[in-house]
Amino acid sequence: MVWINAVLQGVLLGGLYALFAAGLSLMFGVMRFINMAHGDFIITAAYLLLALVTGFAIHPALAVPLVIVALAAAGYLNQRILLNRVLGKDILPPVLVTFGLSIIIQNALLEVFSADSQKLQAGWLDTASFKLSEDLAIGALPLLMFLAAVAVIAGLQFVFYKTPLGRMLRATSDDPEIVPLMGGSNAHIFAIATALASVVVAIAGIFLAMKTNFDPAAGPARLLFAFEVVIIGGLGSLWGTLIGGIILGVAQTVGAQIDTGSQVLAGHLVFLALLVVRPRGLFPKT
Amino acid sequence: MSNTNLSRRGFLRTSGAAGLVTAAGGLASPAIASPKPIRIGFVSPQTGPLAIFAESDRYTLETYAKAIGDGLMINGTKHPVEFVVKDSQSSSNRASSAAQELIFDDEVTILTATSTPDTTNPVADQAELNGVPCVTNDTPWQPHFFGRGGNPEKGFQYTYHFFWGLEDVISTFINQWDMLDTNKVVGALWPNDPDGNGWSDPKLGFPPVVTERGYQLVDTGRYQNMSDDFSAQIAAFKDAGVEIVTGVMIPPDFVTFWTQAAQQGFNPKVMQAAKATEFPQAVAPLGDRGDGLSVEVWWSPEHPFSSTFTGQSSADLAADYEAQTGNAWTMPLGFKHSLFEVTLNALQRSEDPTDPDSIAAALAATDVETVVGHINFANGPVPNVAKTPLVGGQWHMEGGKPVLKIVENGDHPEIPLTGEMKPIG
Repeated sequence: MVWINAVLQGVLLGGLYALFAAGLSLMFGVMRFINMAHGDFIITAAYLLLALVTGFAIHPALAVPLVIVALAAAGYLNQRILLNRVLGKDILPPVLVTFGLSIIIQNALLEVFSADSQKLQAGWLDTASFKLSEDLAIGALPLLMFLAAVAVIAGLQFVFYKTPLGRMLRATSDDPEIVPLMGGSNAHIFAIATALASVVVAIAGIFLAMKTNFDPAAGPARLLFAFEVVIIGGLGSLWGTLIGGIILGVAQTVGAQIDTGSQVLAGHLVFLALLVVRPRGLFPKT
Repeated sequence: MSNTNLSRRGFLRTSGAAGLVTAAGGLASPAIASPKPIRIGFVSPQTGPLAIFAESDRYTLETYAKAIGDGLMINGTKHPVEFVVKDSQSSSNRASSAAQELIFDDEVTILTATSTPDTTNPVADQAELNGVPCVTNDTPWQPHFFGRGGNPEKGFQYTYHFFWGLEDVISTFINQWDMLDTNKVVGALWPNDPDGNGWSDPKLGFPPVVTERGYQLVDTGRYQNMSDDFSAQIAAFKDAGVEIVTGVMIPPDFVTFWTQAAQQGFNPKVMQAAKATEFPQAVAPLGDRGDGLSVEVWWSPEHPFSSTFTGQSSADLAADYEAQTGNAWTMPLGFKHSLFEVTLNALQRSEDPTDPDSIAAALAATDVETVVGHINFANGPVPNVAKTPLVGGQWHMEGGKPVLKIVENGDHPEIPLTGEMKPIG
């Protein structure tokens, strides 16, 4: 029974990891853009929600869409004004610029929100759970996170493969030099991609705010798992990101069941093993 | 060579002094008329994951700047005092270079540092290496003393430290378990970091004392910090029927565990999370789930001590802090204050407040009542260390706000109880 429990909790944890990684996967897939500040953007979204709900006493049902819209707008402008300038053949400038952004964001959050560890109280949702048997229970919040991850991935998949916008995004991803010849604007499309990724970042931040305590320095710790998930799933594959998240989550919980000390290590080992067997990930698209 | 014992440092000091004498000869006398300013270097983690420990820094420094005014009277001469503050950015490497900058660029008279081994150890190491007196606190004394390779026979020459130790937190925590009626099965949450490894040490840590005092320990092993899932531990605790959970956890891990425990239907009677629940800012976001959590208490407004420098009692200090900053009092506040109490006290007693050896001698002879208790480095468990009292506390929700009650004072009955230990739920 403990093993079933470990796998079940691992799958739910995988939803959280997929949610953290989906934005990264999107930017990686479309722009070959490695965003080192991804984790800090998630923390920023968490703080924004916290500020709206506890600071300005805005109802969460209104605050959540506000955060999503704010992040999408910020993502669009950030790409248009700053990040497009460093985008090119060399992958180093974007890494350096977003690394700098990461430090700036952390210190700005520290100035505004202080170093206090924060959490958004979700009331009954925090501790609610569905009891399957004496030893098995599924937390309502982890389940909600998992469903959100599936919905986000399905939504992105739809946008990418069923809409004109998705066609432009895929075209730009395939050949950014030809798209302008057809009347498309790379700068605009890249910014749209970042805005989409920022929507996912906002959703991840909203769940992070409810899941556990966060502080201005909590972002980078989220980045490593997100990278692993993207690599396991395969570059550019959205469903791969979900599968990657689940693999990492299950590896961690099953590893912890064997020995609690090896929880994080087990995830890294599975990641390494997959790199050896399939260097391009499970479902590479590019 | 007639003097074969001449060390490198001794040589530098002698030749430096000779150089000074030569320079003074050329400069004539007015330099003697205005006393040399005393510079106090202070390193603390103002940014980064440990920044919560430094919230009261600014208030404390302002308090002292005001109290000192235009100078400190030492041996009948008024010496101006300057504080030079450096941020460790919560990194031990940065703390080390901050200490070097303070020693070589700012040429401080004395170094001070607080909060966790990552700050106090590198700063004290630099001080010892370069012959600068140093006072530190807010790190349990074993990780500080032994973490720096201290020898209990010899001790250190320039560096002094005061705080409680592992033996105190073990005693306090187990005393708290004794206060409630339980099945005496204890689950441990000790991470794979210096704290977790120290607390779980099979010889010096919790395990031998836990067994000796009649409790059964369920330890699932050293987990990694920043874990996103504790279902393995929760399953093991439920399986063993654990009613008491004890640990030293970082805030995000504790909240992940505590939330997941509720979701999985695991409800212990006692939950002790050192580090994670030491601050009201960390307990408040838990809401009602924060009620009944227990933690060790190193300082509180109820501690029956007063500052020898400003005359404030613990209660006065906390009240003034809350009035000035609008923040709730936190335990580091008392320790930040006492750090400069001990420092300034030593400077005032030193024969020559510009001479490192003279200040170190005064530090060694410290015997002062501070806002965190009596400090005397001669009576410590090892040389250069003085111990401060530790009692047990529990968070009680009063009007929707977490209030830290002192519920256990077995080792230090001079500190009054302010509440009664209750089981969670």
